[in-house]
Amino acid sequence: MATPYQARAFPDPAIYPEAKPFWEAAGRGELMIGACRACEQPHWYPRGHCPLCGSLEVGLRRSAGLGTVYSVSVTRRAGPIPFAIAYVTLDEGVTMLSQIVDCDLDAIRIGARVEVVFKPSESGHSIPLFRPVASL
Amino acid sequence: MTIREKAFIAGAWEHPTRLAPDRSVAQLHAECAIGALADAGLSLADVDGYFCAGDAPGLGPLQMVDHLGLRPRHVDSTETGGSSYLVHVAHAAQAIAAGRCNVALITLAGRPRSEASSGLQPRNWGANLPNQPFEVPYGLVTINGYALVAARHMYEFGTTAEQLAWIKVAASRHAQYNPNAMLGKPLTIDDVMASPMVSDPLRRMDCCVVSDGGGALVVVRAEIARSLARPLVALRGAGESIRGPGAGRVDLTESAARQSGAAAFAEAGVGPADIQYASIYDSFTITVLIQLEDLGFCAKGGGGRFVAEGGLIAGQGRLAVNTDGGGLCNNHPSNRGGMTKVIEAVRQLRGEAHPAVQVPNCSLALAQGMGGVLATCHGSATLILERL
Repeated sequence: MATPYQARAFPDPAIYPEAKPFWEAAGRGELMIGACRACEQPHWYPRGHCPLCGSLEVGLRRSAGLGTVYSVSVTRRAGPIPFAIAYVTLDEGVTMLSQIVDCDLDAIRIGARVEVVFKPSESGHSIPLFRPVASL
Repeated sequence: MTIREKAFIAGAWEHPTRLAPDRSVAQLHAECAIGALADAGLSLADVDGYFCAGDAPGLGPLQMVDHLGLRPRHVDSTETGGSSYLVHVAHAAQAIAAGRCNVALITLAGRPRSEASSGLQPRNWGANLPNQPFEVPYGLVTINGYALVAARHMYEFGTTAEQLAWIKVAASRHAQYNPNAMLGKPLTIDDVMASPMVSDPLRRMDCCVVSDGGGALVVVRAEIARSLARPLVALRGAGESIRGPGAGRVDLTESAARQSGAAAFAEAGVGPADIQYASIYDSFTITVLIQLEDLGFCAKGGGGRFVAEGGLIAGQGRLAVNTDGGGLCNNHPSNRGGMTKVIEAVRQLRGEAHPAVQVPNCSLALAQGMGGVLATCHGSATLILERL
């Protein structure tokens, strides 16, 4: 059995003022994560304060865009096309919800290495997604 | 201040309908309110506390108080999804203990079946949702937010699809004795495994039913409970908790039930081994398994073995769970299962469950609710109830 990835426009994210730099970076093909200047811990998702220590001194730092599939579910009967919703643990230590794309969805396994790829939402925002890292 | 034995559930009523295109949601609330009050031997005029959640039409309790004809001096519209009604029982007990009310009414009703609303659709929790940009684009609905938990649990602990199927089979064995159950036919493991895959690894029969209907509870002060003709069902302990992805520190194998359960057991002064009957929220089969582990009925990772081979079937299993057929087979009104969890626990403690599934001399029961989406933000509430 194979379930090929089918392209579609992703639902639009709400662009909140605090996360504008995140979406601008995404448009340049860069995945950013929340970074606290007080406790120096990364957080996901980026926001205007640190949910770990309460500091308002937060910014963004660039992720290498590499991670591991923490969990994945091919959603087959909720919408017009199947898609692989997943949690991906970035090498920087935070786990984010996303989708795995550009592959046979049935072949995705927990623990697989993935890399970020950006695809447009309905209004053209760049959405961070992941695809399998090509094996050597 | 403890609520232990300060408040009693004197009235509990489940609407018999599972399809109600001929009734408004407000009418269903009214019928549930009147039904639960009649069960207690009370009337609308006795109510001085009213509790409702997001299924109630209007702005919190404002419209429903007027529509029902209530004159409360205490209201609470705490909204934690399907677990709200267990939170309401606990908050009603706190209000009673604090002298804020004597007779608290809690109602739930909805028509998702008539309105074609299910766990396959994106949830709409309104504008300005902080996590919207990082969830909605990815197609999070309800079922895949539970499937991600099931997939990870299978990966870490070797839990199997057949073990999950046993949870549905147990529910169906109970539902055959419930004339109002939507799915009243006993199912086999093969039946569950043959149903279509919806979101790996969850199949259609891993899901609860989508039903119209509702239910209501009446929570009263001890002196009032003792003046009524109904058996005495006391709230002995309660806990509530909220959990989410936690700044990116995700552990899908553990839910907020760990905290709510521990708090409820601590207040009640009992442990899982003392519980004779448990209502465990069953939006999906995996929901039951995670909560059983987090409540301490088995070790983390041991849920699959606990539920397998009829482990949850009354009279033969390790623990009688959801003897009304649960959300999986009986009823899941308004896509919120917490209310019916409390109602079946009350039936068991009164000795009013169907004789085929009644736990003999049931005097200590647990009701567990879950709301929201298990893989992201969810709320848990645990009640420990005692027959005095």
